[in-house]
Amino acid sequence: MNARGSAPTTSAALVLAGRSAAPGLAAGRIARIAGPKVAARAPSAAGDPAAEAARLAAAVAAALAALEALAAAAEGDAADILAFQVAMLADDALTEGAFAAVASGAPAETGWSAALDAEIEGYAAADDEYFRARAADLADIRDRVLSRLSGAEDAPPPAGAILVGDDLTPSKFLAADWSAGGGIVLAAGSPASHVAMLARARGVPMVVGVGDVGAAADGAEALLDGDAGTLTLSPGDAEQAAFHARRDAAAVAGAAAETLRFRPAVTADGEPVRVHVNLADPEELAGLDPAQCDGVGLVRTEFLFHAGRGLPDEAAQLAVYRRILAWAAGRPVTFRTLDAGGDKPIPGLTIDGESNPFLGLRGLRLSLAYPDVFRTQLRALCRAAVDGHARVMLPMVTVPAELAAAAVMLDSVVADLAAENLPHRRPPLGIMVEVPAAALAAESFAADFYSIGSNDLTQYTMAAARDVGAVAHLCDAGSPAVLRLVAATVEAAAARGVEVSLCGDAAADPALVPLLLGAGLRSLSVAPVAVARTKAAIAGFSRHPPP
Amino acid sequence: MPDGSAPDGSRIRPEGAPLAGAPALASGGQSIEDSMPTEDTLSGAATLANQAGLHARPAVKLTQLAKSFASRTEFAVAPDGPWIDAKSPVKVMRVKAAKGETLHFRASGPDAEAALAALLALVDAKFDEE
Repeated sequence: MNARGSAPTTSAALVLAGRSAAPGLAAGRIARIAGPKVAARAPSAAGDPAAEAARLAAAVAAALAALEALAAAAEGDAADILAFQVAMLADDALTEGAFAAVASGAPAETGWSAALDAEIEGYAAADDEYFRARAADLADIRDRVLSRLSGAEDAPPPAGAILVGDDLTPSKFLAADWSAGGGIVLAAGSPASHVAMLARARGVPMVVGVGDVGAAADGAEALLDGDAGTLTLSPGDAEQAAFHARRDAAAVAGAAAETLRFRPAVTADGEPVRVHVNLADPEELAGLDPAQCDGVGLVRTEFLFHAGRGLPDEAAQLAVYRRILAWAAGRPVTFRTLDAGGDKPIPGLTIDGESNPFLGLRGLRLSLAYPDVFRTQLRALCRAAVDGHARVMLPMVTVPAELAAAAVMLDSVVADLAAENLPHRRPPLGIMVEVPAAALAAESFAADFYSIGSNDLTQYTMAAARDVGAVAHLCDAGSPAVLRLVAATVEAAAARGVEVSLCGDAAADPALVPLLLGAGLRSLSVAPVAVARTKAAIAGFSRHPPP
Repeated sequence: MPDGSAPDGSRIRPEGAPLAGAPALASGGQSIEDSMPTEDTLSGAATLANQAGLHARPAVKLTQLAKSFASRTEFAVAPDGPWIDAKSPVKVMRVKAAKGETLHFRASGPDAEAALAALLALVDAKFDEE
């Protein structure tokens, strides 16, 4: 533990350095997290039915208590899903089969698994998609109790803690209470991971790629700098004071930015800039006021294709698209068609084992290879477009022929819907500019709009993968080469008289915003958490900076 | 109830009143262990109109509502059962009732009439989902 005997001015501080995955500052105690896999203890061999029944009852009660705590803290759809799990686990009808098996001599693990697997099978075999999808909830319930039985208990970390470990699962992130601050430091991990996305969206500072985290003892005080990518262990008084001064200053700046949240963004010269939000999951809409943005600049539709439910049908997609358009209340919503592949595999759709998936069958390339999946999505989007200002954006477009092929499919979908007498509208069809080839020849694409994807454009321009820590220093969206491609795209849009925007992490980085505005952009799209600070960065920009 | 209609819900009637297909329950004296109704069993039906059927969220709402009454409450997707305990989310979910199916309810106990009316109203209101 940290030595307390040292003089106040000298410091025995140890600094672990990694990469920033989510900005922000946090001071708190370290909570060590176990790796994602904890070996299950072998079931007790004794087989005393009374003891096994007691173990099972205790595990069920503990899992139920943990679920209830999670449900109480959750909001929106997450709260409903957890409330459902609570109701199921609290029902004796779910556990009676397991207790019967235990009474006749089965170990608690075996009895519980068999009973739940039978229940899960009933759902997995359902004709109805809604009921099939519940199999995942039952499996979650099964595993929660099993992990209690094996002793690998996942008690949520204390609120305000700095979680330190090898890696962190999204479910553990969601299980933690971030209302009192805290942060994440990982030995491995990547800024492109799902957890990093969640952390940025929730404003939780996060550092990845620290390497050895063995020095970070459970319960010790530490300072986490998500901007610089460092974790300071055993901080001395001087470090504490400096850190808290910085945090206070950041809080003041944040509060100042907060006053701009609901105002239209303008530069110091009075030029208006549109600020949109990126959505990775419709759950983000809960508690988000659309008045703070000019629309949704990017809906990542990949969330529809996860959660182990197979490919979503047209009705399921239509319902979600309508919900987002209703939220936007007439503001434009740009839906990106499925952007799978690369670092976003989807079982049964993307190709496993590509030697270089970032250069493989991903984005629009994949959609054109699976026209049935693509058509279903386009049909749902055309039908949803009746309800609001929907726009469709194609990811990973490289040559004009790809856009043309997608446009032909969109026309044919529109013709089908007309023949079926289904209400529909052909939405504007634009492209993401994230491949240098598309940026350099942007004018040759017959796109209704351009949206620059700064993350991929940077990694392809700099030949530095987003998920390789060793080349992170090259992955700089502010490099002159990337900015030239941004400016070229802006010029092409102006020449063709269409809109151009930028979605990607660069737009949410206050240091990069002036560079992007300097390259001519007047429309940005950022994570909801970054809206206020992006508007503040815009307010500080002038074309004519004082000498 | 003296006759076949409840004061505020015409669909609610005493079980055993001449209703096609509904088996008349013996009144008292039988040795079915737990909650054999000692009072009249009331029954009623409603059509499941919400899009996803009796899935997770509606099932939770239904069982929570049922549990707020002391009466025994059951439902079935056929007028003659099998009858499902409306207070058990696990059993309710196993039915996998889909949109368009008719839910037959029956309730017996001190607040059976209120329970039945509330359950039917919940189904009619599409579980306040749409």
